[in-house]
Amino acid sequence: MNILTGIIYLIVAPFAGGLLAGIDRKITARMQGRQGPPILQPFYDVAKLFTKQNAVVNASQNVFIFFYLFFNVFTGFLFFSGQDVLLVTFALTLSGIFLVLCAYTVNSPFSSMGASRELAQIMSYEPAVMLSAVGFYMVKDSFSVAEIVGGNLPNVIYLPGVFAVFLYILTIKLRKSPFDISTSHHAHQEIVKGVTTEISGPSLGIIEITHWYETILIWGFVYLFFGFDSVWSLPIFAVAFVIIFLMEILIDNSSARVKWQGMFKTSWFLTATIAFLNLLVISIFM
Amino acid sequence: MSFIKKSPWIIHYDGTSCNGCDIETLACLTPLYDVERLGVVNTGNPKHADILLVTGSVNEQSAPVLWQIYNQMANPKVVVAIGICALSGGVFKECYNVKGGVDTVLPVDVYVPGCAARPEAIIDGVAKACEILQQKLDHEREKKRTRKAVKNNG
Repeated sequence: MNILTGIIYLIVAPFAGGLLAGIDRKITARMQGRQGPPILQPFYDVAKLFTKQNAVVNASQNVFIFFYLFFNVFTGFLFFSGQDVLLVTFALTLSGIFLVLCAYTVNSPFSSMGASRELAQIMSYEPAVMLSAVGFYMVKDSFSVAEIVGGNLPNVIYLPGVFAVFLYILTIKLRKSPFDISTSHHAHQEIVKGVTTEISGPSLGIIEITHWYETILIWGFVYLFFGFDSVWSLPIFAVAFVIIFLMEILIDNSSARVKWQGMFKTSWFLTATIAFLNLLVISIFM
Repeated sequence: MSFIKKSPWIIHYDGTSCNGCDIETLACLTPLYDVERLGVVNTGNPKHADILLVTGSVNEQSAPVLWQIYNQMANPKVVVAIGICALSGGVFKECYNVKGGVDTVLPVDVYVPGCAARPEAIIDGVAKACEILQQKLDHEREKKRTRKAVKNNG
């Protein structure tokens, strides 16, 4: 874990993220009995978006979109170069806030509604992310990513409750049903496309690319629960990744969207009970 | 190399259709036809869409809405009229409130006939629309190049 892995992340993440999105769409289609688009479809989509006219509603939206991308990439770089996990969570939230600002600044009712819901989503998942960081500190006595993925045993053995709650909010972070309330990958919901309603052409392309960066960062965060000093940590994570990825798609396809109140109450309740009890037990026995 | 033909995003607007053509249009998204395998996404948002599908004739009330949707779409864009009502007004042509086909309001690029238009015909129309999208994109690039050349020489 050093600067080099950070630089590799900067180069590889958009390709890996786009590929994951393509595989996701393919599996989704197969689950619905359809053939589905080619796996490279997300890349075609973004390449097309860059050939379209850039209709900007409010000039300041460009600034916010740039910072959304910048802070996302910056966060990923910090994370993959093994820096402080607390700083990573804060910088990631900041990047999310820039997306919300971008949605508010265009002054469209759909976009504003999406922005409010995006804020509700941030509010719902943030405590669980913070508690995971605290959990890592209690187990490995360090906030540094490089040290969290070290040690004799993977963190998930100490933090099963925190991990379970993290999986719950992972659905929010990946914008999957039942928690795709601020914007959805699928067409036709009551707030059109939520936060990205008024964003078109190349700007939308940049948001897509940012989303790919973010996806890889989130899966990197999942790796924190499985990483330890052994050649087995990667195979174990690979198996866990495949299972979690398929489960996310299954849940996405088999559940309807909930109201934001439902998302907020359940995620805070689970964080305050399961994750908190997990940390309590650790603080007593470690 | 351009990808506009590989990722046509669609918005569907119902002028005053009887829902026959709407059902056939949405049938294209079902597992039987599955247009998503061609990269088609039904966006439901004019700002993201490349192709505007219009079903039904246009009347005094739906004309401004249609115009608004068309103006919100980013260039290059293509309009596809689906079904006989969208082509000419069909049996409603003589009604006091009906303006006629979609081309009385917007420049239509592809006409898909039928009552109701078959999903196969609609998919064929969208494929044609993709080619026109490509032409429009090439045309825009040519214009840009010419403008640049004129600027540099003058």
